[in-house]
Amino acid sequence: MSGIYSERHTLEKTESASETANEPVKKGDTAEVKESVAVNKMRTEFAALAVNEAFARAAAAAFFSRLDPTVEELTEIKTAVSEAVSNAVIHGYQGGSADKTVVMECEYENSGIIKIAVSDCGVGIKDVEEARRPLFTTGDAEERSGMGFTVMESFMDRVAVESEEGKGTRVTLIKSLDISYYGV
Amino acid sequence: MKTEFEITDNILIAKLSGEIDHHEAADIRSDIDGTYAAFKKKHIIMDFSGVSFVDSSGIGVIMGRYKKTAENGGITAICGCSEYLRSILYMAGIFTIVKEAKNKEDAVKLVKRLEAAESGEIFQEEKEAE
Repeated sequence: MSGIYSERHTLEKTESASETANEPVKKGDTAEVKESVAVNKMRTEFAALAVNEAFARAAAAAFFSRLDPTVEELTEIKTAVSEAVSNAVIHGYQGGSADKTVVMECEYENSGIIKIAVSDCGVGIKDVEEARRPLFTTGDAEERSGMGFTVMESFMDRVAVESEEGKGTRVTLIKSLDISYYGV
Repeated sequence: MKTEFEITDNILIAKLSGEIDHHEAADIRSDIDGTYAAFKKKHIIMDFSGVSFVDSSGIGVIMGRYKKTAENGGITAICGCSEYLRSILYMAGIFTIVKEAKNKEDAVKLVKRLEAAESGEIFQEEKEAE
Protein backbone atom coordinates (compact mmCIF):
# COMPACT_ATOMS: atom_id res chain seq x y z
CA MET A 1 0.00 0.00 0.00
CA SER A 2 2.89 2.40 -0.51
CA GLY A 3 4.51 4.06 -3.47
CA ILE A 4 3.47 6.90 -5.68
CA TYR A 5 0.05 5.54 -6.48
CA SER A 6 -1.44 5.54 -3.02
CA GLU A 7 -0.35 9.08 -2.28
CA ARG A 8 -2.22 10.51 -5.17
CA HIS A 9 -5.85 10.99 -5.77
CA THR A 10 -7.51 7.61 -5.61
CA LEU A 11 -10.86 6.30 -6.71
CA GLU A 12 -13.58 7.31 -4.29
CA LYS A 13 -13.92 4.13 -2.33
CA THR A 14 -10.29 3.09 -1.88
CA GLU A 15 -10.28 4.91 1.43
CA SER A 16 -7.94 2.49 3.13
CA ALA A 17 -5.23 2.96 0.57
CA SER A 18 -3.29 5.72 2.21
CA GLU A 19 -3.27 8.26 4.96
CA THR A 20 -2.64 11.05 2.48
CA ALA A 21 -5.53 10.10 0.25
CA ASN A 22 -7.78 12.82 1.58
CA GLU A 23 -5.26 15.57 1.05
CA PRO A 24 -6.67 18.03 -1.45
CA VAL A 25 -4.98 17.91 -4.82
CA LYS A 26 -3.32 21.18 -5.62
CA LYS A 27 -4.15 22.10 -9.14
CA GLY A 28 -1.97 25.17 -9.57
CA ASP A 29 1.61 23.97 -9.38
CA THR A 30 1.53 20.98 -11.68
CA ALA A 31 4.33 22.15 -13.92
CA GLU A 32 7.36 21.62 -11.69
CA VAL A 33 6.25 19.01 -9.20
CA LYS A 34 4.59 16.98 -11.98
CA GLU A 35 1.57 16.38 -9.88
CA SER A 36 -0.42 13.45 -11.14
CA VAL A 37 -4.06 14.43 -11.31
CA ALA A 38 -7.06 12.44 -12.45
CA VAL A 39 -8.23 13.96 -15.69
CA ASN A 40 -11.01 11.63 -16.69
CA LYS A 41 -13.32 9.16 -15.03
CA MET A 42 -15.90 6.62 -16.02
CA ARG A 43 -18.22 4.44 -13.99
CA THR A 44 -20.37 1.65 -15.28
CA GLU A 45 -22.64 -0.80 -13.53
CA PHE A 46 -23.84 -3.96 -15.19
CA ALA A 47 -25.65 -7.18 -14.32
CA ALA A 48 -23.40 -9.85 -12.81
CA LEU A 49 -23.53 -12.13 -15.83
CA ALA A 50 -20.66 -13.86 -17.57
CA VAL A 51 -21.83 -12.45 -20.88
CA ASN A 52 -20.98 -8.95 -19.61
CA GLU A 53 -17.27 -9.76 -19.33
CA ALA A 54 -16.95 -8.90 -23.00
CA PHE A 55 -18.82 -5.63 -22.44
CA ALA A 56 -16.64 -4.66 -19.48
CA ARG A 57 -13.34 -5.12 -21.28
CA ALA A 58 -14.58 -3.42 -24.43
CA ALA A 59 -15.85 -0.46 -22.37
CA ALA A 60 -12.53 -0.16 -20.51
CA ALA A 61 -10.61 -0.40 -23.78
CA ALA A 62 -12.77 2.30 -25.37
CA PHE A 63 -12.30 4.59 -22.38
CA PHE A 64 -8.52 4.24 -22.25
CA SER A 65 -8.01 4.37 -26.00
CA ARG A 66 -8.18 8.16 -25.58
CA LEU A 67 -4.63 7.84 -24.20
CA ASP A 68 -3.46 6.17 -27.38
CA PRO A 69 -2.01 3.09 -25.69
CA THR A 70 -0.05 0.48 -27.62
CA VAL A 71 -1.83 -2.64 -28.82
CA GLU A 72 -0.02 -4.66 -26.11
CA GLU A 73 -1.06 -2.27 -23.37
CA LEU A 74 -4.66 -2.37 -24.53
CA THR A 75 -4.64 -6.17 -24.63
CA GLU A 76 -3.15 -6.29 -21.14
CA ILE A 77 -5.84 -3.94 -19.83
CA LYS A 78 -8.58 -5.97 -21.48
CA THR A 79 -7.24 -9.22 -20.08
CA ALA A 80 -6.91 -7.86 -16.54
CA VAL A 81 -10.46 -6.43 -16.66
CA SER A 82 -11.76 -9.72 -17.98
CA GLU A 83 -10.13 -11.59 -15.09
CA ALA A 84 -11.43 -9.18 -12.45
CA VAL A 85 -14.99 -9.27 -13.80
CA SER A 86 -14.86 -13.07 -14.14
CA ASN A 87 -13.84 -13.30 -10.49
CA ALA A 88 -16.74 -11.06 -9.45
CA VAL A 89 -19.23 -13.13 -11.44
CA ILE A 90 -17.89 -16.62 -10.79
CA HIS A 91 -16.73 -16.23 -7.23
CA GLY A 92 -18.41 -13.10 -5.86
CA TYR A 93 -21.85 -13.99 -7.15
CA GLN A 94 -21.26 -17.74 -7.32
CA GLY A 95 -21.72 -18.05 -11.07
CA GLY A 96 -23.66 -14.89 -11.74
CA SER A 97 -27.02 -13.32 -11.11
CA ALA A 98 -29.12 -11.02 -13.26
CA ASP A 99 -30.38 -9.23 -10.13
CA LYS A 100 -26.93 -8.33 -8.82
CA THR A 101 -24.51 -5.89 -10.33
CA VAL A 102 -20.80 -5.42 -10.78
CA VAL A 103 -19.41 -1.89 -10.79
CA MET A 104 -16.40 -0.92 -12.84
CA GLU A 105 -14.77 2.46 -12.34
CA CYS A 106 -12.01 3.66 -14.62
CA GLU A 107 -9.89 6.75 -14.44
CA TYR A 108 -6.66 8.07 -15.83
CA GLU A 109 -4.26 10.71 -14.67
CA ASN A 110 -2.32 13.18 -16.75
CA SER A 111 0.86 11.25 -15.99
CA GLY A 112 -0.47 8.18 -17.82
CA ILE A 113 -1.38 6.24 -14.70
CA ILE A 114 -4.60 4.36 -15.19
CA LYS A 115 -6.80 2.83 -12.53
CA ILE A 116 -9.60 0.34 -12.83
CA ALA A 117 -11.67 -0.74 -9.86
CA VAL A 118 -14.03 -3.69 -10.14
CA SER A 119 -16.35 -4.18 -7.18
CA ASP A 120 -19.05 -6.64 -6.27
CA CYS A 121 -21.27 -7.12 -3.24
CA GLY A 122 -20.86 -10.88 -3.31
CA VAL A 123 -19.55 -13.49 -0.92
CA GLY A 124 -16.11 -11.95 -0.53
CA ILE A 125 -12.76 -13.67 -0.20
CA LYS A 126 -11.86 -15.46 3.02
CA ASP A 127 -8.13 -15.42 2.56
CA VAL A 128 -6.87 -12.91 0.00
CA GLU A 129 -3.27 -14.12 0.26
CA GLU A 130 -4.33 -17.63 -0.62
CA ALA A 131 -6.65 -16.48 -3.40
CA ARG A 132 -3.82 -14.60 -5.06
CA ARG A 133 -1.59 -17.64 -5.19
CA PRO A 134 -1.13 -19.13 -8.67
CA LEU A 135 -3.34 -22.13 -9.39
CA PHE A 136 -5.56 -21.51 -6.37
CA THR A 137 -9.19 -21.95 -7.32
CA THR A 138 -12.44 -22.49 -5.50
CA GLY A 139 -13.96 -24.01 -8.62
CA ASP A 140 -13.59 -27.23 -10.52
CA ALA A 141 -9.82 -27.67 -10.76
CA GLU A 142 -10.08 -29.26 -14.19
CA GLU A 143 -11.69 -26.32 -15.93
CA ARG A 144 -10.64 -23.40 -13.71
CA SER A 145 -7.02 -22.56 -14.04
CA GLY A 146 -6.75 -20.50 -10.86
CA MET A 147 -4.57 -18.06 -12.74
CA GLY A 148 -6.80 -14.98 -12.62
CA PHE A 149 -4.86 -12.95 -10.06
CA THR A 150 -1.54 -14.11 -11.48
CA VAL A 151 -2.54 -12.82 -14.90
CA MET A 152 -3.75 -9.51 -13.43
CA GLU A 153 -0.52 -9.11 -11.48
CA SER A 154 1.70 -9.77 -14.45
CA PHE A 155 -0.16 -7.42 -16.78
CA MET A 156 -0.72 -4.54 -14.36
CA ASP A 157 1.79 -2.66 -12.21
CA ARG A 158 -0.18 -3.09 -9.04
CA VAL A 159 -3.22 -5.08 -7.96
CA ALA A 160 -4.95 -4.20 -4.69
CA VAL A 161 -7.62 -6.44 -3.25
CA GLU A 162 -9.99 -5.38 -0.51
CA SER A 163 -12.48 -7.97 0.56
CA GLU A 164 -14.75 -8.82 3.42
CA GLU A 165 -16.57 -12.10 3.73
CA GLY A 166 -20.26 -11.73 3.06
CA LYS A 167 -19.85 -8.08 2.02
CA GLY A 168 -18.02 -8.13 -1.24
CA THR A 169 -14.74 -7.57 -3.01
CA ARG A 170 -13.05 -4.66 -4.65
CA VAL A 171 -10.10 -5.21 -6.96
CA THR A 172 -8.11 -2.15 -8.00
CA LEU A 173 -5.81 -2.44 -10.99
CA ILE A 174 -3.17 0.20 -11.56
CA LYS A 175 -0.91 0.55 -14.54
CA SER A 176 1.37 3.23 -15.81
CA LEU A 177 1.09 3.68 -19.55
CA ASP A 178 4.07 4.69 -21.55
CA ILE A 179 2.66 7.93 -22.89
CA SER A 180 3.38 11.60 -22.95
CA TYR A 181 -0.25 12.51 -22.59
CA TYR A 182 -0.80 15.78 -20.80
CA GLY A 183 -3.86 17.93 -20.40
CA VAL A 184 -7.45 17.99 -21.66
CA MET B 1 -18.33 -17.85 -31.79
CA LYS B 2 -18.68 -21.17 -33.50
CA THR B 3 -15.85 -23.65 -33.26
CA GLU B 4 -15.06 -25.35 -36.55
CA PHE B 5 -13.90 -28.92 -36.68
CA GLU B 6 -11.80 -30.95 -39.04
CA ILE B 7 -10.77 -34.57 -38.81
CA THR B 8 -7.54 -36.12 -40.03
CA ASP B 9 -7.07 -39.83 -39.26
CA ASN B 10 -7.53 -40.11 -35.52
CA ILE B 11 -6.99 -36.41 -34.82
CA LEU B 12 -9.74 -33.92 -34.10
CA ILE B 13 -8.75 -30.40 -35.12
CA ALA B 14 -10.73 -27.60 -33.48
CA LYS B 15 -10.38 -24.20 -35.04
CA LEU B 16 -11.33 -21.66 -32.38
CA SER B 17 -12.37 -18.16 -33.25
CA GLY B 18 -13.37 -14.87 -31.68
CA GLU B 19 -12.75 -14.03 -28.05
CA ILE B 20 -12.23 -16.68 -25.39
CA ASP B 21 -13.34 -15.60 -21.94
CA HIS B 22 -15.05 -17.38 -19.10
CA HIS B 23 -18.41 -17.07 -20.84
CA GLU B 24 -17.31 -18.33 -24.28
CA ALA B 25 -15.11 -21.04 -22.77
CA ALA B 26 -18.16 -22.99 -21.57
CA ASP B 27 -19.50 -23.34 -25.14
CA ILE B 28 -16.09 -24.14 -26.58
CA ARG B 29 -15.56 -26.88 -23.99
CA SER B 30 -18.87 -28.59 -24.65
CA ASP B 31 -18.44 -28.24 -28.44
CA ILE B 32 -15.03 -29.87 -28.38
CA ASP B 33 -15.92 -32.57 -25.87
CA GLY B 34 -19.12 -33.45 -27.72
CA THR B 35 -17.36 -33.74 -31.07
CA TYR B 36 -14.42 -35.63 -29.58
CA ALA B 37 -16.76 -38.19 -28.05
CA ALA B 38 -19.07 -38.43 -31.07
CA PHE B 39 -16.30 -39.15 -33.58
CA LYS B 40 -14.26 -41.27 -31.16
CA LYS B 41 -10.98 -39.64 -32.04
CA LYS B 42 -7.79 -40.00 -30.04
CA HIS B 43 -5.93 -36.71 -30.30
CA ILE B 44 -6.98 -33.08 -30.20
CA ILE B 45 -5.36 -30.12 -31.92
CA MET B 46 -6.58 -26.67 -30.96
CA ASP B 47 -5.90 -23.95 -33.50
CA PHE B 48 -5.82 -20.48 -31.94
CA SER B 49 -4.92 -18.57 -35.10
CA GLY B 50 -8.42 -17.11 -35.42
CA VAL B 51 -8.66 -16.05 -31.78
CA SER B 52 -8.51 -12.34 -31.05
CA PHE B 53 -8.61 -12.38 -27.26
CA VAL B 54 -7.88 -14.92 -24.53
CA ASP B 55 -7.87 -14.61 -20.78
CA SER B 56 -7.03 -17.24 -18.18
CA SER B 57 -10.11 -19.27 -19.07
CA GLY B 58 -8.18 -20.33 -22.18
CA ILE B 59 -5.78 -22.11 -19.84
CA GLY B 60 -8.71 -24.04 -18.38
CA VAL B 61 -9.92 -25.02 -21.84
CA ILE B 62 -6.50 -26.41 -22.75
CA MET B 63 -5.97 -28.16 -19.41
CA GLY B 64 -9.39 -29.79 -19.55
CA ARG B 65 -8.82 -31.08 -23.10
CA TYR B 66 -5.39 -32.35 -22.12
CA LYS B 67 -6.98 -34.43 -19.33
CA LYS B 68 -9.61 -35.79 -21.73
CA THR B 69 -7.09 -36.94 -24.32
CA ALA B 70 -4.69 -38.24 -21.66
CA GLU B 71 -7.43 -40.54 -20.33
CA ASN B 72 -7.69 -41.86 -23.85
CA GLY B 73 -3.95 -42.25 -24.33
CA GLY B 74 -4.04 -39.36 -26.79
CA ILE B 75 -2.08 -36.17 -27.29
CA THR B 76 -3.23 -32.55 -27.11
CA ALA B 77 -1.45 -30.04 -29.28
CA ILE B 78 -2.01 -26.34 -29.88
CA CYS B 79 -1.06 -24.10 -32.76
CA GLY B 80 -1.47 -20.59 -34.07
CA CYS B 81 -0.68 -18.97 -30.69
CA SER B 82 0.15 -15.29 -30.64
CA GLU B 83 3.10 -14.08 -28.63
CA TYR B 84 0.65 -12.70 -26.13
CA LEU B 85 -1.31 -15.94 -25.71
CA ARG B 86 1.96 -17.78 -25.31
CA SER B 87 2.88 -15.49 -22.42
CA ILE B 88 -0.36 -16.33 -20.60
CA LEU B 89 0.04 -20.06 -21.22
CA TYR B 90 3.65 -19.92 -20.13
CA MET B 91 2.59 -18.50 -16.74
CA ALA B 92 0.49 -21.59 -16.11
CA GLY B 93 3.16 -24.00 -17.36
CA ILE B 94 0.90 -25.29 -20.14
CA PHE B 95 3.85 -26.08 -22.40
CA THR B 96 5.00 -28.81 -20.03
CA ILE B 97 1.88 -30.87 -20.79
CA VAL B 98 0.78 -29.73 -24.24
CA LYS B 99 2.75 -29.73 -27.47
CA GLU B 100 2.91 -26.61 -29.56
CA ALA B 101 3.35 -26.22 -33.30
CA LYS B 102 3.44 -23.19 -35.53
CA ASN B 103 0.44 -24.01 -37.68
CA LYS B 104 -2.17 -26.69 -38.22
CA GLU B 105 -0.12 -28.68 -40.74
CA ASP B 106 2.90 -28.78 -38.44
CA ALA B 107 0.68 -29.74 -35.52
CA VAL B 108 -0.72 -32.72 -37.44
CA LYS B 109 2.80 -33.85 -38.34
CA LEU B 110 3.90 -33.39 -34.74
CA VAL B 111 1.06 -35.46 -33.33
CA LYS B 112 1.64 -38.23 -35.88
CA ARG B 113 5.34 -38.27 -35.14
CA LEU B 114 4.77 -38.44 -31.39
CA GLU B 115 2.22 -41.17 -31.80
CA ALA B 116 4.58 -43.18 -33.99
CA ALA B 117 7.40 -42.66 -31.52
CA GLU B 118 5.19 -43.89 -28.70
CA SER B 119 4.24 -47.07 -30.50
CA GLY B 120 7.84 -47.64 -31.57
CA GLU B 121 7.20 -47.20 -35.26
CA ILE B 122 9.23 -44.98 -37.48
CA PHE B 123 7.21 -42.09 -38.74
CA GLN B 124 6.83 -42.02 -42.48
CA GLU B 125 6.61 -38.48 -43.73
CA GLU B 126 2.88 -38.01 -44.27
CA LYS B 127 2.05 -41.15 -46.23
CA GLU B 128 -1.20 -39.59 -47.33
CA ALA B 129 -1.86 -36.01 -46.51
CA GLU B 130 -5.44 -35.30 -45.44
